[in-house]
Amino acid sequence: MTVALLVFYLLSAVAVAAGVMVISARNPVHSVLFLILAFFNAAGLFVLIGAEFLAMVLVVVYVGAVAVLFLFVVMMLDINFIRLREGFLQYLPVGGLIGLVLLVELILVLGTWALSPEMIATVAEQPVPAARTNTEALGDLFYTDYFYLFQAAGLILLVAIIGAITLTLRHKPDVRRQDIAEQVHRRSEQAVELRKVQPGSGI
Amino acid sequence: MAVPLAHYLTVAAILFTLGIFGIFLNRKNVIIILMSIELMLLAINLNFVAFSAYLGDLAGQVFAMFVLTVAAAEAAIGLAILVVYFRNRGSIEVEDINLMRG
Repeated sequence: MTVALLVFYLLSAVAVAAGVMVISARNPVHSVLFLILAFFNAAGLFVLIGAEFLAMVLVVVYVGAVAVLFLFVVMMLDINFIRLREGFLQYLPVGGLIGLVLLVELILVLGTWALSPEMIATVAEQPVPAARTNTEALGDLFYTDYFYLFQAAGLILLVAIIGAITLTLRHKPDVRRQDIAEQVHRRSEQAVELRKVQPGSGI
Repeated sequence: MAVPLAHYLTVAAILFTLGIFGIFLNRKNVIIILMSIELMLLAINLNFVAFSAYLGDLAGQVFAMFVLTVAAAEAAIGLAILVVYFRNRGSIEVEDINLMRG
């Protein structure tokens, strides 16, 4: 048994255990933390298989952004999580049955998968270049063959930003806000009033 | 490579099943359902990257990157909807979310 195989078993065992804890933890904060653990281990699996760029993107995007977003929402909303767990045992049998059937089917289909060597040589759409690192090779592809798709991915993120902001932004009526247009269009006649003041008497 | 492809596919299948199982178990909690969807997308990415590596074809990793993008966008929008919904109704139980039924 080689070291790589040992590392693979370690990473995948922790990832699967963390996945189990994600769906079964009592406290949703723990769920998010176990989700982060699962992502870290999946990133390790990516590194093991030679996809370093995606592994780093997984850590940065998922752990750094998505999981923290989840944590933020879980902690910000004042939710009675005990009530949300009602019916957990009621759904356990049917969910377990469907999950088990699906798992057996997937393992039967995928678990015995083997690739013939001559197919590997011929089927590749984008063969891995020999003298490039993973990041360089992916960058070459992103900015040439997949350029429009790459831009479309950026557009999707832009739409997500705008959507999330418009959904959650709210204007309270009793808050005084700065209105820059009004400030810029203010004339001196509106702001300053000249009075003749007689000496010796007030206004 | 040292690790057979079938091992990677099996791990991905287990993670995917866990995601579906989580949706069944936590029928009431939208946050856990969203996390289960993230878990399923992670399993799919694992499949993409495994096939990409074993076929020597980078297109799989490119597609995994796009899956990652869509997953991030989905999480952001989903959580934003959740926050707005909680603000309006004071609850996130899935069974209460029936305002738009016919």
